[in-house]
Amino acid sequence: MTQAHILQEEIDSRRGGYRALLAEFWASFSENRGAVYGLFFFICIVLIAIFANFIAPHEPTEQFREAFLQPPFWQAGGDLRFPLGTDAVGRDLLSRLIFGARFSLFIGCIVVSVSLIIGVFLGLCAGYFRGKIDIVIMRVMDIVLAFPSLLLALVLVSVLGPSLINAMIAIAIVQQPHYVRLTRAAVMGEMTKDYVTAARVVGVRMLRLMFITVLPNCMGPLIVQAALSFSSAVLDAAALGFLGMGAQPPTPEWGTMLAEAREFILRAWWVVTFPGLAILLTVLAINLMGDGLRDALDPKLKRS
Amino acid sequence: MAAFFLRKLFVLLPTFFGVTLLAFVFIHMLPGDPILLMAGEHGMSPERHATLMKEFGYDRPYYIQYGLYLKGLFHGNLGQSIITRKPVLQEFLTLFPATIELSVCAIFIAVFFGLPAGMIAATKRGSVFDHAVMTGALAGYSMPIFWWGLLLIIFFSGILGWTPVSGRISLMFFVEPTTGFMLIDSLLSDQAGAFRSAISHLILPALVLGTIPLAVIARQTRSAMLEVLGEDYVRTARAKGLGPIRVIGVHALRNAMIPVITTIGLQVGTLFAGAILTETIFSWPGIGKWMVDSIFRRDYPSVQGGLLLIATVVMLVNLVVDLLYGLINPQIRYMD
Repeated sequence: MTQAHILQEEIDSRRGGYRALLAEFWASFSENRGAVYGLFFFICIVLIAIFANFIAPHEPTEQFREAFLQPPFWQAGGDLRFPLGTDAVGRDLLSRLIFGARFSLFIGCIVVSVSLIIGVFLGLCAGYFRGKIDIVIMRVMDIVLAFPSLLLALVLVSVLGPSLINAMIAIAIVQQPHYVRLTRAAVMGEMTKDYVTAARVVGVRMLRLMFITVLPNCMGPLIVQAALSFSSAVLDAAALGFLGMGAQPPTPEWGTMLAEAREFILRAWWVVTFPGLAILLTVLAINLMGDGLRDALDPKLKRS
Repeated sequence: MAAFFLRKLFVLLPTFFGVTLLAFVFIHMLPGDPILLMAGEHGMSPERHATLMKEFGYDRPYYIQYGLYLKGLFHGNLGQSIITRKPVLQEFLTLFPATIELSVCAIFIAVFFGLPAGMIAATKRGSVFDHAVMTGALAGYSMPIFWWGLLLIIFFSGILGWTPVSGRISLMFFVEPTTGFMLIDSLLSDQAGAFRSAISHLILPALVLGTIPLAVIARQTRSAMLEVLGEDYVRTARAKGLGPIRVIGVHALRNAMIPVITTIGLQVGTLFAGAILTETIFSWPGIGKWMVDSIFRRDYPSVQGGLLLIATVVMLVNLVVDLLYGLINPQIRYMD
């Protein structure tokens, strides 16, 4: 092969930049079989959430007076009209679970975006400016991290008043220190590199340097953290709902459903079992995906 | 080592003051004023309200109030519960042993099962056992433990009838709270069956609380072990002709333990968060249930005090873990 030919090939492989990156990402992501299963399951949940209106056999809050605590269809007394049975006020469990997927995903999305945006901004400032700004930001984050996350979220909600929105705000506040720390560490690592110095010499302005030159190179660990915090947001929101401090009844949020079902735990196993199973499977799928993302994007953290 | 200790403490102090500030701000963020909250539904005359405002110092500027609050803290005065009228610190200290007992048993379960599981998974990497442990660990890590607790109650208490559903010991026994730890107190009380009853009350909550730490420890042990098994000194030990038990149990394990011990130490925060849920499900009379109850009873001095005390405990335990880590691994002492 001649020199020119090799050069040509190199240029060719660069042409499909993003597509090539994506292909490379998928190659290492799909190496992890669990991650692919997780992704598949997660896509299913997203589809269920989007098309809940069409999939669910009944309305989530519709009460059937003739069917209180009816067992799932395969048990004696069950009915295919209510495949997973009904709850204590005669609402179809399956429909409530399907609509509940919307809430969990919604919570995850909002919490991750809010804490990601605020956390990345603060972390970027801390890592870029260092000095006093860094110290102040990091000490405040240390304070937030000194509290067990669920406890702080619980107390915040009790101040703000129990509702789904306030639960999301509280969880976002509790989670963003992790983004701040990660971003700061990544930015500090990048700042010493040559390309940053080069950009400075060329005269790139501060904001552009921060957000366009440096930040994209710190995205790997942040995406991994986003996946992990998505799952813990779903878990924490369900826990708050379970404690009566999250979504309020009759919202078909999974944690809230569990709280309502608690008193029937020894009489009707299905009202307790299915909402929790939904939480577990969703969180598990996201965590599986997160593991795959970590392996693919963050080789330093790779656990063999 | 002393310099290392001082440096760590120096970092901790501002955090501690920040925590006190947050606990202070918390009670002032609440809608309505604290005196009316204390009065409850009965309300009170404006004159009495003014007197009480003065008495508690609520009419003074915030920074003076904060100063007074700090002064009180250093005298061990964390305020008084609105409901029971007892000092918050005293309430905390009476309930704290129950949470410690539960947490210690949970961590014991987590280490007892997690450590060997992670070790064996690492040495038999890629085997069915390895996959099973990793899948189980990920499921445990993703577990909504409030649901897990309910499931265990359905199965062990409802279907099998093996364990009681709530509390720390059967009502048939009266146990003098000498140490506050039911397992020890019930042994000391010399009543037949008391210890058994205490164990049967403890086992399910401890299992539930230990689930997430168990998963984390198993994962961490496995990855630490895998890393160590690839090191040269392990190869040397093998080449010397040492048996696999000695290589893994002595040479590898000792070094793999460093990150694992840190992980165990850092589970304290998780344990408190878990205790909130676990104690609520099992009506376990500890700090977690007390916090939830206080929040629902709007007993804000208790919430404020509890918040501060729990954060302090978490910070202190993390400090101890840091120091131990520095003790085990001298490299850490000189880095920062």
